Amino acid sequence: MHEMSITRSMLEITAAQMEANGIHSLKKLKVRIGELTAVEPDVLRFCFDIAIKGTPFEGAALEIEEVPLGGKCRICATEFKITAFENRCPKCGSNEIERTSGHELDIISLEGD
Amino acid sequence: MHEILIEEKILARNDEIAAENRLALSDKGIYTINLVSSPGAGKTSLIESMADELKKLPVSFAVVEGDLEGDFDAKRVERRGVPALQITTGRACHLDAHQVSHSLQWVFGHAGLELLIIENVGNMVCPAEYDLGEDAMITVMSTAEGDDKPLKYPAIFTASELLVINKTDLAPYTDFDITKARENALKVNPYLKIFETSCRTGEGVKEFATYLAELAKAKRRS
Repeated sequence: MHEMSITRSMLEITAAQMEANGIHSLKKLKVRIGELTAVEPDVLRFCFDIAIKGTPFEGAALEIEEVPLGGKCRICATEFKITAFENRCPKCGSNEIERTSGHELDIISLEGD
Repeated sequence: MHEILIEEKILARNDEIAAENRLALSDKGIYTINLVSSPGAGKTSLIESMADELKKLPVSFAVVEGDLEGDFDAKRVERRGVPALQITTGRACHLDAHQVSHSLQWVFGHAGLELLIIENVGNMVCPAEYDLGEDAMITVMSTAEGDDKPLKYPAIFTASELLVINKTDLAPYTDFDITKARENALKVNPYLKIFETSCRTGEGVKEFATYLAELAKAKRRS
């Protein structure tokens, strides 16, 4: 279950950012998780809640922005959501598809005092 | 209340170390593979089977083995006359760039090395997110598994450049449909290059080893 090591990496970045910005108590952490990553949002929430117990982050909320697998047609430039790995443009039928989103594993922002 | 914008990759630190590994390995002209699969698909057997072929070509290669416990795999590979270093991850379900960075001193101790195979912990989920500094990720799936595996574990198949369908000798005895497996894999990742091997009969092993050798030689020339 690598969501725990992902959580640890998230909290390392958070701690460094809190220190740099003089934040002492964390209220919320916002992250962005793509559909095509091997990270399961529910498991990540579970790991986050466990990992922050008894730490200065205790009580903070984790907000996850889930990003679907997105595609852009190289022929007609239509942007769309790819479902069931259907690599076909819904508008012109081309299979020249560029994947534009779904690999995100980002920390967006934090809120605190 | 303050909101602080961060906008950083969660695995930024791993990616940084992976980039350092990649640079150090490239400096020495070593082509590096991150070999992944579910447990038991035949990663170690594939390395064992390729050992003689790679030696004949000849390609100088070494193996870094990642496992939770023990040095069983490193010993298996060493018996084929291939230098192998075992990394034990303890409870971690994947190798990360930091662990691999500690093995580089050992790797660079082998002069003239052309190919490094890093055999990751048997796991089709977690290794997908951890760049080790490799040139290519290669997924192995076997005919003892389901041919729908690419659709169920898309992250690892999209992160890979090559796919090896192993244990082709078993296919007649299972419900695994190789054509369907290829279709599913290409649906998830249209850019995958696919090989079929059997470590038992040796079928396809030479072709795969030769392809890796070409990649390694091409890197050395560049």
